[in-house]
Amino acid sequence: MSDDPRDDRARYDQARYVENGQYEPLLSEKDLTRVEIGGDGDEDGGSPLPDELTRDSLELPALSEPELARHYTRLSQMIYGIDSGPYPLGSCTMKYNPKFTEDVAALPKAAVHPDRSERSTQGTLELLYRLQDYLGRIGGMDAVTLQPPAGAAGEFVGIRVAAAYHEHNGEGHRDEVIVPESAHGTNFASAALGGYDVVSLPSDDEGRVDLEALEAALSENTAALMLTNPNTLGLFERDIAEIAEMVHDVGGLLYYDGANLNALLGRARPGDMGFDVMHYNVHKTFATPHGGGGPGAGPVGVVDELAPFLPAPRVREADDSDSRSGEPTYELFDPEHTIGKVHGYQGNWLVLVKAFAYIARLGDEGLADASATAVLNANYLASRIEYEVPYGPFHHEFVASAGDQDAADVAKRMLDHGVHPPTTKWPEIVPEALMTEPTEVESKATLDRLAAAFNAVAAEDDETLEGAPQRTAARRIDQTDAARSPRLSWQALEDDD
Amino acid sequence: MNGSHATGSPYAPYTNDERTAMLESVGVDDVEELFDIPEDVRFDDEFGIDARTERETRRLVRLVLGRNDELTELLGRGHYGYYVPSLIDHLADRSEFLTSYTQYQPEVSQGFLQALFEYQSLLVELTGLEVANCSMYDAATALGEAATLADRTRSTSGHRVLVPDLLLEGRRSTLENYVAGTDLEVETYPTDDANADRDALAEAVDEDVVMVYVENPTVRGTIEERLDEIGDLADDADALYVLGTDPVALSMLQRPADVGADVVVGDASVLGLPTSYGMGLGLFACREEFLRQVPGRLVGASEDATDRRAYTLTLQTREQHIRRERATSNICTNQAWVALRTAMHAASLGPDGMVDLAERGVRRAADLAERVDGIVGVKAPVHDRHHLREFVARVDQPARAVAEDLERRGFAVHVVGEHEIQICVAGVPDERLDPFVAALEEVAR
Repeated sequence: MSDDPRDDRARYDQARYVENGQYEPLLSEKDLTRVEIGGDGDEDGGSPLPDELTRDSLELPALSEPELARHYTRLSQMIYGIDSGPYPLGSCTMKYNPKFTEDVAALPKAAVHPDRSERSTQGTLELLYRLQDYLGRIGGMDAVTLQPPAGAAGEFVGIRVAAAYHEHNGEGHRDEVIVPESAHGTNFASAALGGYDVVSLPSDDEGRVDLEALEAALSENTAALMLTNPNTLGLFERDIAEIAEMVHDVGGLLYYDGANLNALLGRARPGDMGFDVMHYNVHKTFATPHGGGGPGAGPVGVVDELAPFLPAPRVREADDSDSRSGEPTYELFDPEHTIGKVHGYQGNWLVLVKAFAYIARLGDEGLADASATAVLNANYLASRIEYEVPYGPFHHEFVASAGDQDAADVAKRMLDHGVHPPTTKWPEIVPEALMTEPTEVESKATLDRLAAAFNAVAAEDDETLEGAPQRTAARRIDQTDAARSPRLSWQALEDDD
Repeated sequence: MNGSHATGSPYAPYTNDERTAMLESVGVDDVEELFDIPEDVRFDDEFGIDARTERETRRLVRLVLGRNDELTELLGRGHYGYYVPSLIDHLADRSEFLTSYTQYQPEVSQGFLQALFEYQSLLVELTGLEVANCSMYDAATALGEAATLADRTRSTSGHRVLVPDLLLEGRRSTLENYVAGTDLEVETYPTDDANADRDALAEAVDEDVVMVYVENPTVRGTIEERLDEIGDLADDADALYVLGTDPVALSMLQRPADVGADVVVGDASVLGLPTSYGMGLGLFACREEFLRQVPGRLVGASEDATDRRAYTLTLQTREQHIRRERATSNICTNQAWVALRTAMHAASLGPDGMVDLAERGVRRAADLAERVDGIVGVKAPVHDRHHLREFVARVDQPARAVAEDLERRGFAVHVVGEHEIQICVAGVPDERLDPFVAALEEVAR
């Protein structure tokens, strides 16, 4: 046994050895082979194209399948995923991704080209139609598009639909979108991408929308208010009915950011709260895998009045249901005043298949129970940790304060305790925020272990925190240097040497 | 211990005893007390969605998707069905890859960061440009992001974005939505025998133009021949020169850097994904001078506290979670896992395999065009150009009727004009080509 503290690594970390001072060499450090292109015209081995239409050569790693299998296996061992342990990353709803959904997405009949005829893709259209219907019921919305490939893309669709709606009503002058100070960064960015001036709305003392500030912000120039409910502190906006009325009174639309929908399944629906348009994050609420950053999907639901503006095409049941089999047939159609497209085709199809399977598996009771347990888990975990949680009552997530400690350092130290830390330093309304969302999938035993990690770190001194992590394969990574002299490819590393 | 209620979520692992203990710790009798929802907005109804066992759910999806006909797809136009080796499914499906998220804690995400760094490096080699991000959603949204980059970085007061008249409707429409919040206007320039009409472009380009977009190969499968001249035109007008392409084409065709491209966009999932009803991976690469204006995530190399090389997301001050309404894009969740698959597929092909795949795309398209041209009632290729993967054929019969007849015989082709069909060989096994030619012979006369 050596005294090197790094021998005592967290259990999830299987990357225990170092080769040539590196955790795993780059593919390019294992091999680079240059292939010349061009030559003998159309003879065997030569290029079929004239030289002036081709590049001269291509230089990439040439490795065998066994070598690649080891490379990627080793890389996978240096990643913490949901299957590695608790992943309470606030606002990201890192719930377990049921394995069977991979199998249904891999069905050979799911592999179809988007330009095939509607007649030959009835299965795909039926699945999309049924998912549109499921999502409409869950959100209380009248019409749904599945095209947006991520939550932020859904927000952008909502913004574009709002713009088209106002334009259609001769109110194209509306040029402001109101966003609460504590909202997800994407809300601001999506509104700005749509060309709107973003009006930032402060929270009240209790962490909710300040009605007086809202009153002051609303005007005949308001296109929409974007809101998350429960908000990023996990608090339900109790005044939502009044907020909806205020927004509607000035002719604005109310947008629901679906990032926190996992708190409400079967308890409340955005449509019933007065929201006009919403997006769903199926990679959060409906358990499709996050894939190291994506793909997700961000379907958008709207009330009847906005349905004519949704992206094209959508899926509907065709009139000619007298087909031989007696089964309904489905067709694509363009909504009357459509904003057009926000994706080259129909979005992240394989993700939508997984979301459909998840919803069909859980049904009413399962979905309602997912939310109940997510809320119980957040409350239980909060009751077990020593950090202060200044705002409540919260639902599926809470924001604790690291107090005198630096939240980012707390997160690094939690890695040493073998768990993934929460989202840090945001929302800014809570000093040194630890935004924590355990989701419904953690057992009491895991929550106790997570609480123990929080509490152990809470008791530690700044020096320990600043030196963390100690037990991971890679120690604290120099962010400043990465940004000051960007090296974004193996070619840049070579130049560096 | 199987689900929290008899009928609850199968993925919430409680016994009733545990639940009782937790409620006690929280200080409530019933979990419903934790929902702070006013009466007037409570939902007291049901969705009406039946729960199913895993087995029943799999059966349901299989039955629904079973309604898709089994066809040999000779389809392309931006979305291809290349064979994806088993290696990729098995390794990319390792749950550490699949179930992690954006690498906010790089110390426990080194593997994914390195895979994305290798993906970026692949694109740097393919394009010759210095910077590639680690994904946009698809080719259409990457094109939209390129236009907003042109909007942010333009040195003139111009506002015109020039795109080919044959641009796919999905890309054109997405681009229109991306520029709706700017003063940019999208205009088309004519094509000549499917390629960009260089002379018409020369007339169209003036100081009001901020971006010129060209695709190689074109949507009709033809290979551009005057890319460097078009680059000069764009350069003279201080316009951003944006090239649309994909990793297979890039393995063989002129390197974008060599023809003066400023930005390269396209669908990188041509490698890595099978046909997926249009799901893609937005390729985005650009010159180093645009580094601080790049949309999306970037992985960079750095060192850890023991001075060993380590990877991390970098230059994040461009991004929405920090810069909010002044971010370079609203993108957050991206297509990272698809980028992983693309990098894996490219690695499994190696440089020889990639060049070979591209060259075979030229040869097989030419061979099939020649065979099809021998059929009574068919002329192919319509365009007197080199082709990659696909070509347009003229049919004497109405194209729609030909396509429908082919579909009844088990083949799908594109209809691109009243008497024009488009035929793509990418991913089509050799043994399906004879039956296709025979079927076309029957329906085209």
